[in-house]
Amino acid sequence: MSLSPAITDRELLKAHPALAPLLAWNPDSVHSVKFDRDELTIYVDRSCIREACTLLRNDPNCPFTFLADVTCVDWHPSEPRFEVVYHLLSIANKERVRLKVKLEGASPVLESVTSVWPAANFFEREVFDLFGIRFTGHPYLRRIQMPEDWEGHPLRKDYPVEGYR
Amino acid sequence: MAHLNPMSVLEPAQDRTMILNMGPQHPSTHGVLRVILEIDGETVIRIMPDIGYLHTGIEKTCEAKFYQQVVPLTDRIDYLCPLTNNLCYCLAVEKLLGLEIPPKAQWMRVLLNELTRINSHLVWLGTHALDIGAMSVFLYCFREREDILRLFEMVSGQRMMTSYFRIGGLALEPPLGFFDRVRAFVNHFPEKVDEYENLLTTNPIWKMRTKGVARIAAEDAIALGASGPTLRASGVDFDLRRDMPYSGYDNFKFKVPISQDGDVFARYACRVQELRESNAIARQALDGMPEGPIKANAPKVVLPDREKMKTEMEALIYHFKIITEGFSVPAGEVYQAVESPRGEMGYYVISDGTAKPYRVHMRAACLANLQLLPLMCEGRLIADVVAAIGSIDIVLGEIDR
Repeated sequence: MSLSPAITDRELLKAHPALAPLLAWNPDSVHSVKFDRDELTIYVDRSCIREACTLLRNDPNCPFTFLADVTCVDWHPSEPRFEVVYHLLSIANKERVRLKVKLEGASPVLESVTSVWPAANFFEREVFDLFGIRFTGHPYLRRIQMPEDWEGHPLRKDYPVEGYR
Repeated sequence: MAHLNPMSVLEPAQDRTMILNMGPQHPSTHGVLRVILEIDGETVIRIMPDIGYLHTGIEKTCEAKFYQQVVPLTDRIDYLCPLTNNLCYCLAVEKLLGLEIPPKAQWMRVLLNELTRINSHLVWLGTHALDIGAMSVFLYCFREREDILRLFEMVSGQRMMTSYFRIGGLALEPPLGFFDRVRAFVNHFPEKVDEYENLLTTNPIWKMRTKGVARIAAEDAIALGASGPTLRASGVDFDLRRDMPYSGYDNFKFKVPISQDGDVFARYACRVQELRESNAIARQALDGMPEGPIKANAPKVVLPDREKMKTEMEALIYHFKIITEGFSVPAGEVYQAVESPRGEMGYYVISDGTAKPYRVHMRAACLANLQLLPLMCEGRLIADVVAAIGSIDIVLGEIDR
């Protein structure tokens, strides 16, 4: 099995059940798309992540009712530094999609999706704890894994593996 | 969304209520879960799980290891089903590499995964029953669990931290006599499940403690990210093994037990049925075990046999290179999900083209399932909290990572 190259042409992918409703709603909300190793990634504009998630959850053809995961990737030192990653699953259609939002390193703030899926509660708290990304509208944005008085965000790339000594 | 409203401070909201800490050393919290309860007499008003006591930073550690060195770390995430974690990680990296796995390795993986599921469910059943007060079930379950751990020891050399799967296949050929031992186990196991069910299923005390307790509706379970038996007990017919098959699961025939009630008893019933189904899958894997190699034909990724290493120059070079500098993985990202005994276990692996993963993230089924706890327990008795925690089958190693 050899790897086929990633498809990044929006026109070729526009029929995908996760991309079609977003493009029909607001073509500007989608920055770019990538179809690689049978997985679709959609880069969503940071200002409309909550609306995009609501739209995908309520989509009648392919409802992404299940939020599988929220996490983050730190691309330090390049900018925009952070990518917040959402993995969505449609239980009815057995379809997955990955949404990504890019954030600058200086003051990473993003709208919370807890109002769309309450499941995001712990996931977003973990991203806040380990990456320092603030989610506006989250009901209880406190550290979840590390102690309350911990300094720094351990999963950032500029945080040493052995911790600060 | 009342259950989302957390406790801002550890102060009781009213004069008649008090704050009670359960855990992190409480025996019924299955490890180091701490639950903060606000109670009015025996009734739970608010409940908040507090986690992180077992946070070991495995995701951070993975970024400093070669791809093959991450496999033993995955064992330690969910220590009740190490092979499921091994499988999920290996599948993710194999997808990144575009590796084809030979059929025998796939079937061995299925066989061992189902034994792992039985093992994990036995620990859950024993401890869950013990929490609620049915002590003897624990002894019965651990008797069969011991058999499975001996099988794991036989095949991998380790009882719990097996690390038996490798990127590209298996670590070793299964030893002589392994399949006979597994068959002996598979043949007598259904009677043992009857024994557990005789002790519990129609037991009036068990039914009173579990029926109608900690009920969860299907919409709430989906919205809160529940998966696995916890989701299926609420009437959602979804199992990754059947609906999004991986590692050759589409070759096996099995039923996915579901229940409509969504209470503690329904979750119990689903898992007990899963014990039987997993046993049936293991039997199919034994009957149809293909012959052939156990490792993919990819010399740059898979370690050569010891025999070849000592007779062939090229094999020795590959061995040296894999051990000292790892193997590079084409840049890209993959989210691989498998059905672990607790639900959707997902590995999100990002490669930047080097020999070390840029990022490894584990989607822990328990972390999402734990979010159901407030919805399950608020307005109920403290004793039901114990039943509810047991029924979502938490493993803190996976939650905290």
